[in-house]
Amino acid sequence: MEPVAIIGVGQTAFSPNRKDQTYADLVYEATAAALSDARLSIANIDNIVTASNDFFDGRTISSMAIGDACGAAFGGGKSISTVEGDGTFAAFYGLSRILSGNYDTTLVVAHSKSSEGDLRLLTNAFFDPLTERLLGLDWVSAAALQARVFLREKNIGNIECGNVIVKNRANGAKNPKAHLRKPLSIDEALRSPLLASPLKETDVCPSSDGAAAIILASKSFAQKKSERPIWVRGVGVCADAPLGERNLAESKALRLAAHQAYQMAGIDNPTAQIDLVELSEQFSYQELLWLEELNYRNLSRVNLSGGCLSAHAWIVSGLVRMIEASLQLRGQASNQISNAKRAVAHGQYGLCGQSHSVWVLEN
Amino acid sequence: MNEILTHPSRIKVPYTWSAGEALSRFFKALRDEQKILGSRCLKCRKVYVPPKKTCGTCFVECSEWLEVGPSGTLVSFSQASYPSPAHRVLKPLFGLIRLEGSDTSFLHMLGETNLQSLKIGVKVLPVFAEKRTGSILDIAYFKVVS
Repeated sequence: MEPVAIIGVGQTAFSPNRKDQTYADLVYEATAAALSDARLSIANIDNIVTASNDFFDGRTISSMAIGDACGAAFGGGKSISTVEGDGTFAAFYGLSRILSGNYDTTLVVAHSKSSEGDLRLLTNAFFDPLTERLLGLDWVSAAALQARVFLREKNIGNIECGNVIVKNRANGAKNPKAHLRKPLSIDEALRSPLLASPLKETDVCPSSDGAAAIILASKSFAQKKSERPIWVRGVGVCADAPLGERNLAESKALRLAAHQAYQMAGIDNPTAQIDLVELSEQFSYQELLWLEELNYRNLSRVNLSGGCLSAHAWIVSGLVRMIEASLQLRGQASNQISNAKRAVAHGQYGLCGQSHSVWVLEN
Repeated sequence: MNEILTHPSRIKVPYTWSAGEALSRFFKALRDEQKILGSRCLKCRKVYVPPKKTCGTCFVECSEWLEVGPSGTLVSFSQASYPSPAHRVLKPLFGLIRLEGSDTSFLHMLGETNLQSLKIGVKVLPVFAEKRTGSILDIAYFKVVS
């Protein structure tokens, strides 16, 4: 694969309720930040891929509602397309468009405002309307079923999950964009009330309002126009079967996505060859489950930004992982480690992590 | 001047989804015979419950039908402690159930029990609703059998 570069990144702050801004306003904020970061203007953007969920926005073709905010109408109109799912899947589409040879730059932007709908009902609508939805499950009660299977099969206890929460929340406290910026003690994590057994309140990520954008560029454009490109060296995307057909203690889709990305990037010993991982963990146990499939053992180098347990806007959070990984590789992260050369960013979507994408990024 | 207004609204659109051939047969068996049917992939022999028309793994039709259960094994369970407009009862118990003869796990509610009495691996049986309409709720819930 000809390398494609990330040449600009932008994100809003994440908070429980951005009542002051519409979701289109948030898209504008993230897009303007990414353009400014790349030192480009909207005229330099050849095409746009957005990520959103019509149910979350409460209208169909919600991408058209943000067209003006991401520059789709600029200069008489640009090619714009939408992915329903995590922002990393939109980034994969954006990357494919550049590799087609028809575009030099792709703006990828994702948004959601959980505060405006009812997440219980919206995620209940993820389920099959005939065979499952009437039962009343949602994203948290479904994940609880996965947590119980995984924790039992791998013999993992509350302490291990608690340690994940404490680590991510401590990292999140250093991140000015995070939704939850107060560290949590292990006692607070362990004493937190049950939400959906075995999941406690602190095991679950917040649902934030926010948007994020990245600008992807072809190799020749990046070499000419970018002072600090971050290169995509490997990528893998894979979807799994519905949750009743999977062994929930594992994620075949993530294993395959990681295998594709690692192979492309020439990685055979992930723990030794990857300096940091930005992971999409909606629940504490998922960090441990996803890391098993990524075959990455250095827990202290995972989610230095605070991860989803510190800030999580639906649709957006995978793109934020790519942004935070890029900032580490540029030496500009809020919780910067020294000498970061290669990072992995991970995105996921669906109930109990049905679909995954894995990105190997290098400076 | 900094007052930001909000616009409360809701989307209410009626749908009439076709259950299709496979789920119609499944729901009719629940309604008329209180039986749970599965469909088998002719290639990998996997039995799907609820039945599927096509096997996602093999991309061939699942045209063999069979009765599964009624007893099953609890693969996982949870109790939602929070309120939700989607819940049918207060603090519902949810279960993933591997019905005898099936290769997939079936999502449903658990009843006549409590969280403390549940364990992975216990045997469960369906309790059928008195009034059955040809829906997934024709099974009221699954109960634990000792």
